[in-house]
Amino acid sequence: MSLAEGVLQIIEDHASKSGFARVKTVWLEIGALSGVETEAMRFCFDAVTRGSVAEGAVLEIVAVPGTAWCMQCGATVPVAERYDPCPRCGGYQLQVQDGTEMRVKELEVE
Amino acid sequence: MCTVCGCGQGETRIEGDHEHEHRHDDGTVHSHAHHHDGEHAHTHSHGVPQAPGGFSYAPRHPHHGHEHAHAPGLAPGRMVQIEQDILAKNNGYASANRRQWKARGLFAINLVSSPGSGKTTLLVESIKRLAGRHPLAVIEGDQQTSNDAERIRATGAQAIQVNTGKGCHLDAHMVGHAFERLDLKEGGLLLIENVGNLVCPAEFDLGEAHKVVILSVTEGEDKPLKYPNMFAASDLMLLTKVDLLPHLTFDVAKCLEYARRVNPKIEVMQVSAKSGEGMDGWLAWLEKGVASAKN
Repeated sequence: MSLAEGVLQIIEDHASKSGFARVKTVWLEIGALSGVETEAMRFCFDAVTRGSVAEGAVLEIVAVPGTAWCMQCGATVPVAERYDPCPRCGGYQLQVQDGTEMRVKELEVE
Repeated sequence: MCTVCGCGQGETRIEGDHEHEHRHDDGTVHSHAHHHDGEHAHTHSHGVPQAPGGFSYAPRHPHHGHEHAHAPGLAPGRMVQIEQDILAKNNGYASANRRQWKARGLFAINLVSSPGSGKTTLLVESIKRLAGRHPLAVIEGDQQTSNDAERIRATGAQAIQVNTGKGCHLDAHMVGHAFERLDLKEGGLLLIENVGNLVCPAEFDLGEAHKVVILSVTEGEDKPLKYPNMFAASDLMLLTKVDLLPHLTFDVAKCLEYARRVNPKIEVMQVSAKSGEGMDGWLAWLEKGVASAKN
């Protein structure tokens, strides 16, 4: 819920700066390893945008896959969860690189 | 409402306050609890840096790789590039806190755990053992009550309670305001006890030097796998209530293995506030932090 309100606040900041009255579509980039549950985000987004410039806006969530650097393999490998082992060597010496994003990417407005 | 994260919807309260609306330098307007101290002098300056990434207009959008689904027959709207982190506001306040604490040589830690892991008991015992060796203050976060701040104050240490209302975590903005109420001398230790929750506090930087995650042996040993973001965000894990191990089936080795799967760099200490086991190591860790934070 807090994150959905954060999204709305970013939208409202931009609405006052660049003078749009309605948001039709919102693109969010959400990493697979971030703490965001996309279904919960959709539900909360609808709830918090009621009565705002973003009421009724379509929420497009762009999923960013998780990747990590495996110290043993010396390579970037895909990971679906933080506790996943390296798909190459099975080790856990992984440093997450991508997939922690929570960004408002762009808006379609009128 | 505090629009940093929307948390609490204006229900956030810092002890001894009443509701008040104000405007920040960055244009954010919100209401929050506000302190009377004789007269109504109330200034806020956060100097929060603007979030990175401005915005620009583009009539169409050939620049990104995903499909835009426009309803047929409707003219596409104007596109506004944002590229802004959802937590940018909180991160701005956290950076301001961090700068302020660094300038004062304070060592700040953010204690996170499930409810009931024994955070407050551990703090009370730690404060007693530190026995005034360093200036020290505690910011207590809970949805309701000031019971925890009162427990801390009973040790003689200064403490301030933040009630997050419906909110499930402390954010950098409320912590910044709570800190204004404390009178913590340079070179001291700032202990922030977050709301008991292993999910959201992982995402909200408060400006601390380290997150310390507390897991008690009366919980499941697989908690690091169930709540991986929190264990990944923490630098130290304290396994607490280890005096109870003889009565439980908790597998310590397995728990540590799970924690290191999620965070290969996490440091682990086993402690008991009741028996005193491991307390020396934990206090030495704190003392080292205090020494390194001093200017």
